[in-house]
Amino acid sequence: MAKLQAGYLFPEIARRRSAHMLKYPDGQVISLGIGDTTEPIPEVITFGMAKKAHALSTLEGYSGYGAEQGEKQLRAAIASTYYGDLSLEESDIFVSDGAKSDISRLQVMFGSNVTMAVQDPSYPAYVDSSVILGQTGQFQKDVEKYRKIEYMKCNPENGFFPDLSTVSRTDIIFFCSPNNPTGNAATREQLTRLVQFAKDNGSILVYDSAYAMYISDDSPRSIFEIPGAKEVAIEVSSFSKYAGFTGVRLGWTVVPKELLYSDGFPVAKDFNRIVCTTFNGASNISQAGGLACLSPEGLEAMHKVVGFYQENTNIIMETFTSLGFSVYGGKNAPYVWVHFPGQSSWDVFSEILEKTHVVTTPGSGFGPAGDGFIRVSAFGHRGNVLEACKRFKQLYK
Amino acid sequence: MLLPSILYFIRPSSVGFVENGLVHLCVCTRVTRNLNMEKLRNGYLFPEIAMRELEHMKKYPTAKVISLGIGDTTEPIPDVVTSSMANHARRLSTVEGYRGYGAEQGNKALRKAIAETLYGDLPIKDTEIFVSDGSQCDISRLQLLLGSNVTIAVQDPTFPAYIDSSVIIGQTGDFQDETGKYQNIEYMPCRPQNNFFPDLTTTATTDVIFICSPNNPTGHAASRKQLEQLVEFARANGSIIIFDSAYAAYVTDDSPRSIFEIPGAREVAIEISSFSKFAGFTGVRLGWTVVPDELLFSNGFPVIKDFNRIVCTCFNGASSVAQAGGLACLSSDGLMAVQSVVDYYKENAKILGDTFTSLGLDVYGGINAPYAWVHFPGMKSWDVFTELLEKTHIITVPGCGFGPGGEEHIRVSAFGHRECILEASRRLKSLLS
Repeated sequence: MAKLQAGYLFPEIARRRSAHMLKYPDGQVISLGIGDTTEPIPEVITFGMAKKAHALSTLEGYSGYGAEQGEKQLRAAIASTYYGDLSLEESDIFVSDGAKSDISRLQVMFGSNVTMAVQDPSYPAYVDSSVILGQTGQFQKDVEKYRKIEYMKCNPENGFFPDLSTVSRTDIIFFCSPNNPTGNAATREQLTRLVQFAKDNGSILVYDSAYAMYISDDSPRSIFEIPGAKEVAIEVSSFSKYAGFTGVRLGWTVVPKELLYSDGFPVAKDFNRIVCTTFNGASNISQAGGLACLSPEGLEAMHKVVGFYQENTNIIMETFTSLGFSVYGGKNAPYVWVHFPGQSSWDVFSEILEKTHVVTTPGSGFGPAGDGFIRVSAFGHRGNVLEACKRFKQLYK
Repeated sequence: MLLPSILYFIRPSSVGFVENGLVHLCVCTRVTRNLNMEKLRNGYLFPEIAMRELEHMKKYPTAKVISLGIGDTTEPIPDVVTSSMANHARRLSTVEGYRGYGAEQGNKALRKAIAETLYGDLPIKDTEIFVSDGSQCDISRLQLLLGSNVTIAVQDPTFPAYIDSSVIIGQTGDFQDETGKYQNIEYMPCRPQNNFFPDLTTTATTDVIFICSPNNPTGHAASRKQLEQLVEFARANGSIIIFDSAYAAYVTDDSPRSIFEIPGAREVAIEISSFSKFAGFTGVRLGWTVVPDELLFSNGFPVIKDFNRIVCTCFNGASSVAQAGGLACLSSDGLMAVQSVVDYYKENAKILGDTFTSLGLDVYGGINAPYAWVHFPGMKSWDVFTELLEKTHIITVPGCGFGPGGEEHIRVSAFGHRECILEASRRLKSLLS
């Protein structure tokens, strides 16, 4: 715990936002910082949850402890909706209260004697959970990296995909696509090379596909679209950004039966034990919501909300592009990754906050290769997104 | 879940298994399995019981199995609480009512309500309360916080999650079949002879002491004097007490409901609790942990700061819907309603306790907890479990599942519909009289 640097990134951003609001009480702060969904959850989904809540007050409808792996129906629905043609089954799916918790449970399962690789920049929970579990060495202030973690640089020069020929072997590789924060979605060819890399090194790939629904081209939506992935990969996903479930809390992890430790022991068996011992299942009401999400009506409704945020993303991308910035991401993710060459991202963050009252996220919060970039999240009411873009145009014209 | 039943090695780095008559070949990774996972014995206790229940039901498809095994609540949640959750869910579909990420520590109003309603005159601040998705998760998050280099003490018998989470995190040595214990854990026997409270004069010093009161599985609620001794012991040894008060609502007499009723506890204790058995939230998932500001590590660093970091990094808050339910539970109507369900289970516990007593068996617990702890002298608890299941179709829990100190005992849980409890009593009387 003592090795961790400062607080987790997003509470830090929240703190700065609060401080700013105190300084400028009439400031009309717009938050395009933390990727928090803003649009109401479609009724078909909340109806499912309300129905379950009411049912809990009836004799026939009351249920106590659920299976820790999740309700059968929901597991089956996830398997068929997202992995139907990929030969993954209900029993490969573990329902959870979200990707953040799952990442830590996976880390607890792996233990302290594994090495890990992350993209640089990356979602901070992979690194922070690794530090907490004792997998890393000390933080080196000069390079802003923890010892023993392999950082795989992702920047415009390498098309935001690591140059695998320069990456050392680690036991675990965390990979997020579409990527938070860069917004880049890896191609089929790139993921095929990644899976081969993992196979050659005998590594386990933890693939975070929380933004898969935001893909607008034919980039793979699941690592399991790549042949051979079942023997090397675990996939983590979430209803947060699909259904606005950031507060409701629901996600899932796929652990294929074919994934084995070096002694042949199935990883799924250990994950099951972790889930049964350190967890007690996702809330049954959230799970009822999840099931409603995967009904035909629910799926259509989720697509609409995702489409709304995708339109926000387009507006933001257009704005920065028209101002002459190099802009990345956005096409396949609700994040726009804007380049401010030669500038400290915390300085840019502060300047934007001070002069436009818009909260963004400084790229260096995601790793040293994030410096010089700002992440602008596309979650917001349309009016706020348009207003924010207006302010950006004024600041940078 | 279905897992391959035969694993065999084909070539040095691959494994084959047979499933549904097909031979599958797959390649192993080169990732070493976590040795701590290897240390764990068998399956976690309750899924093991569930498996035996399924097997039994297959064997006797027409038998009416009554489950007094896993402590799972059975009675509907009061309307006042579920309406609140339903309303919250519906509001998530409106512009004004939609909420995204909540504070990882929990909704402020709920934290306040827990502090004011459940800790009343004790000086617990809302900022010291961390709302969670239940005690089983909190226990593991606390273990993550503590890390692998601490030693723990547990009661014997005890709720298995303290031990299993300790093994997983790497605090323990190997399991020893002869003693039924893990090396490096201090087991504190709790028996009728010592009034189900550890003899602290013979307890070795450890960094952390897990105490559950009212106790699962023995049902014993520690007295004020016993807890004063415990706090004294912790203070003298510089230990941290993790006090599990999940069953506090079941206390009938004047046994303390919170460790913080004991002076000096704020500097040595963390308290975990839950809405599960209090409000029937076993599936809804809601609990909380209290970490006082005064609790410090040896270097003076506040434990609460580290716990906050764990909660922000490894968790994303309890479901907002569940939290809305929790708030409703703590309204005056809600409290009354959930307490009457608690009373219903307490009456069940009394019926079961009386049944066993009338059969001449020594029964403990049942008064301050929804568990009866029955002694079957000279008998192995899995044998008693099996016989009870076979002959009365009642699921219980064998005491040794809670530790070697549970041998010769059976835990009977009082959660069930009244008619099932009465039927179970009838069957037990016929079998054992």
